[in-house]
This record gives sequence, structure tokens and C-alpha cells, in this order.
Amino acid sequence: MQRLSLFIPILVTAAGLASAQNNVPEIPYDSAPNLLKLPEHIYMGEAAGVATNSKGNIFVYTRTGSSRAVMGGSRVFSGGGARLFEFTANGTYVREIGQGMYGFLFAHAVRIDPQDNIWVVDEGSNMVIKFSPEGRVLMTMGRKPEAIRVPATEGGGEEGGGRGGRGLPGAGVGGDNFNRPTDVAWDAAGNIFISDGYGNSRVAKFDKNGQFLKSWGSKGTGPGQFNLPHAIAIDAQNNIYVADRSNNRIQVFDDDGTFKTQFTNVGTPYALCITAGPHQYLYSSNSNPSTSMDNGEIYKMELDGRVLGKFGRAGKLLKEFGTVHEMDCRNADEIFVGELTNWRIQKLILHPVVARN
Amino acid sequence: MKSYLSSCFAAALLLCATPYFACAQQKTEGLTPAQLNARAKAQNVPEIPYESVPNFLKLPPNLYLGEGIGVATNSKGHIFVYTRSQETRLFEFDQKGNYLREIGEGLYGFAFAHAVRVDPQDNIWAVDEGTNMVIKFNPAGRVTMLLGRRPESVEGLLATPAANAVPPAEPYRFNRPTDVAWDANGDIFISDGYGNSRVVKYDKNGRYIAAVGTKGSGQGQLNLPHSIATDAKGNVYVADRSNRRIEVFDNDLTFKAIYDNVGAPWSLCITPGAHQYLYSSNSNPDNNNSEIAAVTGEIYKMELDGTILGKFGKAGKQLGSFGTVHAIDCRNENELTVSEITAWRVQRIVLHPQNRGSN
Repeated sequence: MQRLSLFIPILVTAAGLASAQNNVPEIPYDSAPNLLKLPEHIYMGEAAGVATNSKGNIFVYTRTGSSRAVMGGSRVFSGGGARLFEFTANGTYVREIGQGMYGFLFAHAVRIDPQDNIWVVDEGSNMVIKFSPEGRVLMTMGRKPEAIRVPATEGGGEEGGGRGGRGLPGAGVGGDNFNRPTDVAWDAAGNIFISDGYGNSRVAKFDKNGQFLKSWGSKGTGPGQFNLPHAIAIDAQNNIYVADRSNNRIQVFDDDGTFKTQFTNVGTPYALCITAGPHQYLYSSNSNPSTSMDNGEIYKMELDGRVLGKFGRAGKLLKEFGTVHEMDCRNADEIFVGELTNWRIQKLILHPVVARN
Repeated sequence: MKSYLSSCFAAALLLCATPYFACAQQKTEGLTPAQLNARAKAQNVPEIPYESVPNFLKLPPNLYLGEGIGVATNSKGHIFVYTRSQETRLFEFDQKGNYLREIGEGLYGFAFAHAVRVDPQDNIWAVDEGTNMVIKFNPAGRVTMLLGRRPESVEGLLATPAANAVPPAEPYRFNRPTDVAWDANGDIFISDGYGNSRVVKYDKNGRYIAAVGTKGSGQGQLNLPHSIATDAKGNVYVADRSNRRIEVFDNDLTFKAIYDNVGAPWSLCITPGAHQYLYSSNSNPDNNNSEIAAVTGEIYKMELDGTILGKFGKAGKQLGSFGTVHAIDCRNENELTVSEITAWRVQRIVLHPQNRGSN
């Protein structure tokens, strides 16, 4: 614990700086046009989540349709507003998963685990839902609030925050009580790590059966504190990378949540992913806020934080990005990005420049 | 009743104090002060003979229009209707009014229809006042560009903000936008709207260029910019509805002119072709106020410089009358398509201007 205090002076200088490193080499890339072929009456909304499985099939968790408030007696119930679609690797529509699902309210992320199970993180229902590769529910984490409070109140807890998010703002409470969770990842043992999230400021760890083990973090800017943990990824050595978005940094922890280091030179990390294979890379997106066309570039890094290159910028054309919200990088030079404001999935083919001469 | 009479008296005094003519008219026509205030300043405008095509749109069984909020035609004459139904929905009909298809079923950007327009490349643009979004569909009906962003629903049901609690306008966020138009470069103009009081210009790729307007009644200010149209030179005509005037800006959004004699402009449309005309609807109120409806509801045909050429129509529920016209399509100068809020209807209006003043 004493070790941690050594980091504080560094943090003070970094605090509040949304700096992105200059003089980073540009990585040439293309975007595959018309990637996803949607059936006639199906439309993508905000592409909050995208992931691929071992066959290359593409899963998209999208904010679409309208969320509904159902008038009850003295309480108002909500439903709808998010859908999960599967496509083949070449973008042909396969199916919808979880049609009318109780926990699908406001999409935030979808991830595929090494066994091809499909995990959905819903910021509105405060739930993480595990589907088998066939698309049946295997495990649920968190619980959708029974009703929404009208009008919504500030803060967390049963009475407010999100749509009545459970847990308290700050450290949260033990267990799978989430308050607007954002992302999920697994270590080699199958332990589950959930970034939680907009309401709470913590990472929660569960065993592979969903049994709560521990959580760490509280709201703040110190080491191990978070201000909107927005994405999470784990490398082959079980190091845990957390996109601490509003602190403009990536924090790295070991498997027990002990702070190791932080990277502060890649802007505001909205989305993270780590490649498979013997030499792993970390991608981080300095996404443009939905209210601007600033930033938008994606960084390719070594796991130690060294920046190797960057690509892209904010915009609405192909190859440009409208608030990248999730990335999939199963293949290091084939990145899938889900964009909020462009309602789109792009498949980006990188052409990393091999050293000349 | 007493206060009503006294306010009538005050208004009458005010009116008589200014133009002598208005006072004389009030006496001769027996209009109430509210009617005098609501009707267009322009009087003795020639009537353009017209007819409404009966049974124009043919809807399949089990499909119903709601408030006919937006209407537009493409180069083939196909008709697009953006309607407030149980869901807000976008329908396409062929040139004869036969139903073809629905576009954007369950779309994230559809909550409360306001306008649909078709650009010169036949892309279909929907302006949604509920989601604060402008959605561009290609002619095949797939989304190709988005402007603005739907507010996140994750906060739950929020209290309706007070009408005067408008957050500052931002380049990429709308507050109840109303309409869209393009110039010859493909630059995009959006009237925004009920919340903000401005017109925003973007390049054809959706990058912000400029904006004009704050809430008010001064020159270049706006009070409910409700409809927008551009002419071939790139001038921008804005229906400044609650100020009861059309404001004209140049392509850089510099103020040019005001036309304030055609009532409250709810809807604007400019014809294509070598000689362009401007249509403007002084629509009857959507609150079904019969006193005001008696002196409103007509559509004006104008030269681009504001000269009035004629008018047609009046408020009413029957075919050929208008139930609060909310959009006009005038791709064909004498074959207008109008949508109506309170009548839940789209009419094809055929004008016969040649019949006027022949011989």
C-alpha cells in the first residue's frame, strides 16, 4: 500500500490533461464498404457494442427502436430500446438473439468469451447477461430495477440513478449490484471482471460461476480510483486494463486489482481491446464526444503503453468515426468498431508500415 | 367576459392608432381584434383556382396515417409521408398514390415526426422533433448519414423542462429541429427549431460551418423557425412562424430581407426550374380555434422577391380545405402535395393559374 503513494506526484501533473501524444506515426487503413447487410425491415441504431466470435461471426448490440414506459398503477415500467444481432464474417445477417429480452434496455457492450459465449452489458437494466453460442441465456448478473422512478432523481440507489440503478454512487456495494455497468472481460481462469460504471466507480471481480470475489475503486483521480470506467480488457498475463474515461487515462491492475501503472498519452479512452496471439497489442480509441468532431483517432500500443501508431479521425464518411464505442481486435490488423453517432459498424483493415529500407 | 371586451377595446385602439386602413377594414368586415391580428396583412390577393384529387393516397388495410406531418416527392414523383402514428413512421407511395413500402421501421431516430424532404439525388431526409435528429436515407431506404443525436434514455423519465429553460445551442446538437434544405453544393441547412432559434449550416459531409439566429423578433432573430427552403442561388428562406414573417438569408447566412405580409408561415416550398416560385402556408392553428381558422388556412404563391402572385385554400375539414397545412411539396409548380396535421391527410392540389384573368 505504501508503494501506491509514490505515484501520487505523477498523477497530480497528469490530472485534467486530455493530452494525446504528438508525432505518432499514422497507420494506413481501409474500411470495408457496406459491411453489414441488414434485412429490409431491420435497422441499426447506435452501435454501442460489437464483437466477433472464433468463427469470425459479428455480434452487434445496438440501441434501436424506442424504449417504452408502460403505465402501471402507481409505478412506471420500462422495456425495449436495444437489440442484439448476429452476422457472418462477411456481413450477412444471421439472426436476432434475445428478442424482447427483459434486460435489453440501453445497449452498452457485447463481448465474446473464449468459449464463444456471448456476453451483453446493458447500461439501462444494470445487467450483464451471458448467452450460450446458441443464443440461450446461461447466466444473469445484476437485476433490472422493477420500475423507473418518475421523475428520475439524481444519484444512485434503488430510488434513482440510471433507471433506478442498484448500488450506491462511488464504491458501490459488494455483489452483482451494478449502477450503469459498461463492459466485461475474463482472465485465463474464466474469472469475470465488470467495469461498473457510470454510477459506481469500480471494477467488480467474480469467479467463473458468477460468485462475487471482490471489487475495487471509488470515484476520484488517484491510483485505483475511477471517473467513468468505460471499457475493460485483459491480457494473457491476466493484467487488467481499464479505460478510465473521464480521467483521460488507462489504468493497469494485476489480477487482484492491485494498481500497476497508467497510460495518460492517448487522450480519452472510450474503448479498449487487446489482440490475441503471442505478441499482444492494445488498441484505445480517443473517441470524439457525440457533441463535437474533435479527436476520434484510435491508438495502437504495446501492452507497456508505448504508442506504435494511430489512425482515423472524427467524421461521418467511411473511414471516419462517429464516437467509437467498442472495438474488436481478435485479428491485430482487422479491427471492428461500433460507432454511436454514425449508427454503424466498420471493419478496418490496417496496413502497418513495415520499417522501410 | 368583461376582461375579454376590454382587451378587445385596447387592441382595437392599438390597431386604429396605426394604419387608418386597417381600422376601416375592421369596421367593414366585422373581424375581431384576434382575427385582425391573425390574418395575413396582404389583402385583395387574387384567388388561384384549384382542385384536390379525391382519394389520393391508397393505404393498405390495417395501415393508418396519423397527423400528416411531412410530405415530399422524389424525381419519379413517388410520395414520402412522415406521420405521427402510434409510432412515428415513414411511408412511400408511387406517383399515383399507391402504397409501396415503409422505410425505417422501428428506427432509433423516429419518435415525433416533423418533416421529410427529398434532395436532388433522391435521398430521403427525415427531421424528427422528438429525437432531435436529422436522418438521411439513400433512395433504397438505408441510413447513410445522421445529424444530431437522440438524448440517452438511460436517465429514465425526466421532468419536462420549462419552455424558457433552453440550454445553449451546440454545433452538433439540436433542440426540436423542424426542417432541412440544401444548396447546389449539397451544403445542408437545418431550421432548429422549437428549442433553439437558429438555422445551422453544415457541409455535405455533415461538418458544421455556421449558424444564425437567437430568439427574438429583431432582424436576423427567429421565433420558431418552422420550415426552410433554398433557391437556386443558395439563398435561404426561413419560415419565422411566431414572428409571422419569412426571413431571407444569403448562402453565408447573412440577413437579406423580410416578407411579413403572408401571415404566419408554417410551411415553405420553392419550385425548381428556371423561374422559381415560393409557396408559403398561413396555416390555421392546430388548436382548432374556429375564430382564427376563419381568417387563416390559405397558401400563397410568391415570386422569390416576395411579390405575391395569388393565394388559394382555406381552413376546413373537407377535401380541398386545409386542416393546418404542415408541409408543402412543389416539385411541380402546379401540382402541389400538402400534408395536414389536424386532418391526418395528404392532399394532391392541382392549381389552374391559367384560368385566372384569361380573356
